[in-house]
Amino acid sequence: MLKEGQIRIPAGCAISGIMNRKGEVFSGRDIIKSIALMHERSNGLGGGFAAYGIYPEFKKYYAFHIFFENKLAKQETEFLLKKYFQIDYDEAIPTRKVSSIKKSPIIWRYFAKPKVNRLIAHEASEAEYVVEFVMKVNSEIEGAFIFSSGKNMGVFKGVGYPEEIGDFFKIDEYKGYLWTAHGRFPTNTPGWWGGAHPFTLLNWSVVHNGEISSYDANRRYLEMYGYKCTLMTDTEAITYIFDLLLRKFGLPLESAVNIVAAPFWSNIERMEPERKKLMKSLRAVFGSLLINGPFSIILGGENGFVALNDRLKLRSLVAAEKGDIIYVASEESAIREVCPNPHRVWAPQGGEPVIGLLEGKEGIFDVEDDGLAEEEILQQSIAL
Amino acid sequence: MSLDFATPMFLIERNKERCFNCQICIRQCANEAHKWDSKKGQVYSIDANCVNCHRCVLMCPTRALSVKKFPWEFRYNANWTPEAIRQVYLQAESGGVLLTGMGNDRPYPVYWDHMLLNASQVTNPSIDPLREPMELKTYLGRKPDVLKIKKGKILEEMPPQLELDVPIMFAAMSFGAISLNAHKSLAAAAKKMGTYWNTGEGGLHADLVEYGSNTIVQVASGRFGVNREYLNVGAAIEIKIGQGAKPGIGGHLPGEKVGEEISKTRMIPQGTDALSPAPHHDIYSIEDLRQLIFSLKEATEYTKPVFVKIAAVHNVAAIASGIVRAGADAVVIDGFRGGTGAAPLRTRDSVGIPIEFALAAVDTRLREEGIRNKASIVIGGTIRNSADVVKAIALGADAVYIGTAALLALGCHICQKCYTGKCNWGIATQNPQLTKRLNPEIGQERLTNLLKAWAHEIEELMGGMGINALESLRGNRLMLRGIGLNDRELNILGIKAAGE
Amino acid sequence: MTVLIDAKGLHFEELNQRIRKTLQSGAEKIIIDNVNGQRYIGAGIKGTQTLIINGIPGNDMAAYMDGLELVVYGNGQDAIGNTMNKGKIIIHGNAGDTLGYAMRGGQIYVKGNVGYRVGIHMKGYQDQIPVVVVGGKAGDFFAEYMAGGIQILLGLNLKAGERIVGDFCGTGMHGGVIYLRGRVEEHQVGREVKIVDVEAGDLEIIAKHVKNYAQYFNIDFQQVMAKPFVKLIPYNKRPYGNLYTSY
Repeated sequence: MLKEGQIRIPAGCAISGIMNRKGEVFSGRDIIKSIALMHERSNGLGGGFAAYGIYPEFKKYYAFHIFFENKLAKQETEFLLKKYFQIDYDEAIPTRKVSSIKKSPIIWRYFAKPKVNRLIAHEASEAEYVVEFVMKVNSEIEGAFIFSSGKNMGVFKGVGYPEEIGDFFKIDEYKGYLWTAHGRFPTNTPGWWGGAHPFTLLNWSVVHNGEISSYDANRRYLEMYGYKCTLMTDTEAITYIFDLLLRKFGLPLESAVNIVAAPFWSNIERMEPERKKLMKSLRAVFGSLLINGPFSIILGGENGFVALNDRLKLRSLVAAEKGDIIYVASEESAIREVCPNPHRVWAPQGGEPVIGLLEGKEGIFDVEDDGLAEEEILQQSIAL
Repeated sequence: MSLDFATPMFLIERNKERCFNCQICIRQCANEAHKWDSKKGQVYSIDANCVNCHRCVLMCPTRALSVKKFPWEFRYNANWTPEAIRQVYLQAESGGVLLTGMGNDRPYPVYWDHMLLNASQVTNPSIDPLREPMELKTYLGRKPDVLKIKKGKILEEMPPQLELDVPIMFAAMSFGAISLNAHKSLAAAAKKMGTYWNTGEGGLHADLVEYGSNTIVQVASGRFGVNREYLNVGAAIEIKIGQGAKPGIGGHLPGEKVGEEISKTRMIPQGTDALSPAPHHDIYSIEDLRQLIFSLKEATEYTKPVFVKIAAVHNVAAIASGIVRAGADAVVIDGFRGGTGAAPLRTRDSVGIPIEFALAAVDTRLREEGIRNKASIVIGGTIRNSADVVKAIALGADAVYIGTAALLALGCHICQKCYTGKCNWGIATQNPQLTKRLNPEIGQERLTNLLKAWAHEIEELMGGMGINALESLRGNRLMLRGIGLNDRELNILGIKAAGE
Repeated sequence: MTVLIDAKGLHFEELNQRIRKTLQSGAEKIIIDNVNGQRYIGAGIKGTQTLIINGIPGNDMAAYMDGLELVVYGNGQDAIGNTMNKGKIIIHGNAGDTLGYAMRGGQIYVKGNVGYRVGIHMKGYQDQIPVVVVGGKAGDFFAEYMAGGIQILLGLNLKAGERIVGDFCGTGMHGGVIYLRGRVEEHQVGREVKIVDVEAGDLEIIAKHVKNYAQYFNIDFQQVMAKPFVKLIPYNKRPYGNLYTSY
């Protein structure tokens, strides 16, 4: 049977997210409880979590989480990794025995920084350097798959129900300020760990429910900008869309939302002139990035998350708040399971984002590159 | 004079019981296929004059007439078909280049009919276009890569765009090739439906200036009727390099058609031939095209998108890339089945490539080069129905042109004799007796109906695929599957085979 | 006889089996505590008994239900009363999307707001007239394809600038009637929908259902009725009669 990347596999799902706006960290126990309640929405063929704030001791390093199907793939990847990066620390990602989870791949994590001489020679931003490396490994090394590549964040995913995957990766032992989770209902059985969600790139993570109908229009546009959609999944394409709009193009979050869940022309016609002009332009220029068909997504970033529905609201999404904590999930009960009495519960409208940001942050993506300081680069290049 | 070997192509059958010699057929036929025998006091027909345009058949009050293929069959020969034999006879007789009208009628594969569309089942919902919003609006023109936005405001102006409510425009057909009433019908329908019609290379008649905001004005090698006002009155300008029916060939409007109105519109003296050279004599290389594009942009102060239309030929992808890099806001590609008022038969039937391949190759190439946003892709030649439109957009087109289909809506019966000036339907003629048969009010209504019906059908097809905005269909080749195609063809089209 | 069931941690299959068994054993009323996300409560059950649901019942509550009365103390999720035939649902909170989809009979009262596509394809049949009464507002596509029955939006407690109903209200409507306590713009309703004034007969129907609403949720009836209603009806029963051409 063909695995993802060789064939496109539609999937239905459950999603959930929890964040502390003050940036205070909490255990992964709640997110497991929340996603587990929506067991019916998954079928045991994929589950996963994204956790932000879990590696404070390595927060300046890219945390690469990698699946290897064999030792050769690991050797090849490490060869490449050492060529482009300086590895500070690496280890097998700790796991627990879970009876239902069998045949796991080799799962390793590396904390690494780009090699400065390479980075300078590369003449692109550090983020671009890392993205290209991830694309290279994932498209060129047989049996290796980088499934997490951000800083002070990490993804844990695999084939199984999400609560089993959470148990397997001991995510109850991690503490993060933002957690998202995904339970998957794919329509066939590839049994491939890399195909589980969340999907990530740099600090982005996306969990998503629904099969989009605009996939190939989105993909073919993205590929013009160097993205390689190797998995052929909607989630992968959605992640790249946000990376392109927010990081590469530097568009405001609101505009990105208006592109992927565009207002209808009939509504645009009734807007005041300035806004009308903006919306028309966004749709005319970025029409290929409209995400069509049913979706609910949670896009995680270092500064928070945005949860969003398609403009027809074909998938359900509920949000709630209590104190500094903000919740989103496919079903209200998944929130109540961990927060029985929220101060506020609401169902966002189609195309209306729920934005959860850390205090003092204005967007979920910081435009400033928090990599090496210029001075540091200069010093190191002199040393070379 | 030697014996004329050519036999009639059609046989006119007159049901004597029904015919009461009203002579309507005589008055209706500009080809003089029906005559009055004053001695016998009855109507008779001359088969050799008949072009099978069906005018008499439809106008006959008692339905006494029918037209059939002339039954005088040659001995069967798979190689020497009746057409092939007939053509030799004609040329041996005349020494002339064979001339024809309308598009390629040879049985080449129609690739639209080898592509099937997708529909949603279970994993995502189909959309009901009658009740849920369904958006067909699209914008043609150069798009910037990025928009600079600050506090909800756009910091730079967008390049000029055409706004289309339906992704279907009326293709270039000049006043000269077709009648003023045909132009009036097209212009009024375009306005009503929120789309555009194209003047062709024969200028814009003064009566149609009011439709300027729905008009694409064409600039071709003959530069007929081109002046400052013409360029500025339209919504966009189209430079015509080539035409699918006759790539590499110019045009020739015979002097007898250049009457007062055409003379004024084309700005040439009455009665002179209107010759369009094969190339533009200011474009002998791609950098010259850039020069022409920018001269037009300068003349219109960068307020109009400039389209460049080419015929689909072998290396169309590379040419299209050059056109985009030369600054065109849209590339128009006309396939080898595209129509024409007049073309040498050999050129029409043997030059160029199918639009389906040309479109797929151009869209792929522009994306590979990262310049697909810099220009829109418009295709024509031939789009026959709404499913063709949907397939074209899924392959990568932004919009399509329809020419023949629009003429059919006006009454054309594709008799392929447009070049004779004797169009009994009042379309491809300047004879006032004939042109008055086409009422522009009714013509407009029929074209409007056609576009409305197609728009509904496009919405149904998109809804079935779970898509509610045209931009999500554009280039969405996963919505297509090939049937009866080999690997190479699938590869060029960039689609999978049915069942994959 | 009243029976108490604690739903804490119960999977829906087990919970629903217990509900059915309890009803069969003669219970007139079941109080179900700690409900959270269990699907299909009351689905497909014929009877006249009452279920009191404390918590957040899961999707498809009361699907195909034929007669029960369900009272929810909490919010409802999606697809409540899906294809329901008879009975009553009273929700002391908000409810999600597609409430009352293809509902053929019975009544649903929601104290607060409802989501998208509520009352979609509701239909009346013979003497069955389904009714949905919503205290607050509804999202887009309210009463889409509506073919019969009565839907009432009261628009209580709307914040400034909030609309009583979203866009595409009643698109494809070809039967039944919608009453809105408040204003609706032409652009918000489907092209098949006509906005007209209410008449005396309409007020009688509205009053009947608002009285129930006021009683269930302890709201002042007179105060609700004091504000004017508008009525939405379809132009005709066959909105797409002219769309097709025979080939």
